[in-house]
Order: sequence, then C-alpha cells, then structure tokens
Amino acid sequence: MITKRIIPCLDVKNGRVVKGVNFRGLGDVSSPIELAKYYSENGADELVFYDITASAEGRQLFTDILCEVARNIFIPLTVGGGINTLEDFDRVLKCGADKVSVNSGAIRNPSLIDEAAKRYGNQCVVISADVKRVDGKFQVFAKGGRENTGMDAIEWIRSCVERGAGEVVLNSIDTDGVRAGFDLEMLGAVCDAVNVPVIASGGAGCIEDFVTLFKKLPKVDAGLAASIFHFGEVRINDLKRELFDSGIQVRL
Amino acid sequence: MVCIVDYGVGNLFSLKSSFEFLGVSAKVTGDADEIRSADRIILPGVGAFGDASRKLCDLGLDKVIIEQAKKGKPIMGICLGMQLLLDRSYEYGEHEGLGLIGGEIRPIGEVIPKGLKIPHIGWNALELCGEPHPIFKYVNNGDHVYFVHSYHATLCKDVVATTEYGTSLTAAIARGNVCGCQFHPEKSGEVGLSILKAFCEM
Repeated sequence: MITKRIIPCLDVKNGRVVKGVNFRGLGDVSSPIELAKYYSENGADELVFYDITASAEGRQLFTDILCEVARNIFIPLTVGGGINTLEDFDRVLKCGADKVSVNSGAIRNPSLIDEAAKRYGNQCVVISADVKRVDGKFQVFAKGGRENTGMDAIEWIRSCVERGAGEVVLNSIDTDGVRAGFDLEMLGAVCDAVNVPVIASGGAGCIEDFVTLFKKLPKVDAGLAASIFHFGEVRINDLKRELFDSGIQVRL
Repeated sequence: MVCIVDYGVGNLFSLKSSFEFLGVSAKVTGDADEIRSADRIILPGVGAFGDASRKLCDLGLDKVIIEQAKKGKPIMGICLGMQLLLDRSYEYGEHEGLGLIGGEIRPIGEVIPKGLKIPHIGWNALELCGEPHPIFKYVNNGDHVYFVHSYHATLCKDVVATTEYGTSLTAAIARGNVCGCQFHPEKSGEVGLSILKAFCEM
C-alpha cells in the first residue's frame, strides 16, 4: 500500500534557509542546496520549498536556487510562496518543481486553481490553507496568517478541491509553533470533507506526535514540519523507523 | 547518448538531471534525426493521453519511435510515456497508442475499492513478477517508487512489476527492447536512479 510521507519544509529568504539549522556533518547549514540534498539522501519523501522573498531580485535569486536544488534531488519537490498567476506556476515548474502550492493567491483569485489544474493537471496544484479557530469556528487566514478572511475553512478547502486542487496542506495556526502535536480535530474535519491527499502541518514537537497523527487519523497522507527537522531534534530516518515499528507503512 | 523525447509535454528537467547524475550524456530533443542517432530513447509524458498522442503524431515522432523500436533500440516510456506504448486509452474518449506492447489504459477508479483516493499518488512498493526484468537488476522486491496517476495499464501480458493499491496495479511493462514504468524513476530516489542506470546497461 501507499506509504505515509514525511516532508521537511524549507523557508528560503534571500537565498538562505531562514530557520536555524543545526546539523553535524553539514558544511553550510543555511544553504538550501546542501540542506535539500541532505534531506533527500536521508529519508525525506518529498521537499517543500517556500519562497518568503519580498523583492523582485530576491525572487530571481530564489528561481536560480530552485533550479540548483531541483538538479540535485531526485524526490518530488513542491514550491510555494508568492504564487499569484499562471506565469508564477510556469516559472517554478520550468525550474524543476513537480507541484505548486497556492495560498493567498488563490484566496484573492480562486479561478487560479481552475486554470492551473486545467493546464498542468490536478496533481500539480496544492492548496495550502492557514486555519485558526475563531469563536469555535475554523476560519481561513491570508497573508501568512495575519488576516482573517472570514471564510469557513472546510467550505473553502472543499471548493478548492472542486476547482481542481489535487492535494491539501493544512496548517493549523492554533498548534503551529506550540510543539504539542498536530491539530487532530481540525485535520479530521478536513479529511472528512475531501477525497484528495491531506498533509498535516503545524504542531509537531517530537516523534510521538507523528505516530499519534497517523494512528488517530489514518486518512492523513503526510506530515510536514520545519524546525524540528532543521534543528536536528528529530531525524527523519529515526522518525520513519519508529513509525514502521508502530505498524505504520513508510518507505525506509 | 540517451535521447529524452521532447514533444511539448511535461517537465524534462528532472529526467535530464538524473542522467547527468549517473554520468550518462542525455539530450532533450524533438528532432527525428537526433532521436534516430541516439543509443537509447526515453519517452516521457504527463497530462492527458489524447493530447500527448496528438502532439507526438503532429511532430511525426510516433513513426520514428515505432521504427526505432522495431530496429531493436532500447526504449523506456515513463508515466504517460509508458501508457502511450500500449494499443489504446480510454482517457476522455478513445485514443490510439503506439501499439508497441499489447494492452489498454483505463481509469483506476474502475478497479480500486471505493474510498481510496484518486490519483494514486505517493510512494508505493514494487512487486516484481517472476525473474526480474533487466531494468530491475538493482531493485529488491518491495522497494518503493513514486507514483502519480489516475489511469492504469490493463489487459497487458507483458507486466514485469505491479504495485498494491486496494488491488494490484501495473507498475512496469516490458517486451523485448521496449519497456515502460508507470511510476517516475527520476523522482524515486536511489531506487529510481538505479532503474535508469540499469536501462542504460540494457
């Protein structure tokens, strides 16, 4: 059967990985290329590259680095950050990305999903949603989690999948950074609403959090995290071994 | 030299990088003479069957590939490229394939249990059929490779590997010098690279 995927996420700004990295045996710890190679050779099932560059020059630099990363890794690569138009899709796909993740760009212009899915196929379009509880309801936030759109998260995600999104990354703002585990309640609600792969993001603090995620929510396809991998607190190979020993199918 | 056939379908960057990594010279081209002079041919492809098959024919490359296959040149189709090797596909209508290997392409939704997600996307295990085909000479039964597809090869007698997704699906096919992988070897880590390496030694 299909295995559960473990996905490290690299936030890249001005050509460097933003979050602190602490690996032994890695020359340049904030080089996206070195880090991507390290992950790809050490058990990561996929990589997510997130462009948090503000300026146009930064974007060009990101594009150059993306090409170099894609040339050096042989696992699927998803790219997100600042994707607003089909030209943005084109730009990152030509650099070697396999999937493109949209967030605020799709909130501003939902038909971006339809157009991209039609041109590149559903499997290429990932909807990434930042979701937070407001008065007990799941609401979608835009602009990196700063702005409440007032939209119901489950309805929004369902509509994105109907438009052609082939995968969902659900980032819970409530659990993000807390390191007390994934947001199982929110993830469960999304898994019940759609029949495309759901990637859990936000809240992983230790190996046990991933075991709990896949045990409690067998419909979740993948777990994504950044700092716990970058800081070396959790090594992906150890994590996957532990998942395997817990009876969860993974690629070892 | 390996020729990666460029007919305007899909991203060929990763395939080219894979061969570079293996130290094999590879060229992305849609030129018939260059394809004829290559030692080996890779037929890639993502997207819809009908569209891809039409593009291949418009460029006259369908005939070149068939002619080279008949001459005994090693050819590997990848993902949609593998599907194109078969007789026909029922993806949005009925479309003719290259007919180099017998069989047809049908939606996986017809055979997998309800509730399983479509497309079949992610890492899944290879089950090699019988004596491993030469492209799998470095592969162990149960090794994982990366799949992304909603259609599968069926009614095919030349299946050399399958994968389990609620039911057994075709993962690879081969007949003589012509072979195909439903998964993406260029996205399947070391296992995938070893398959491309073995193809170059075929």
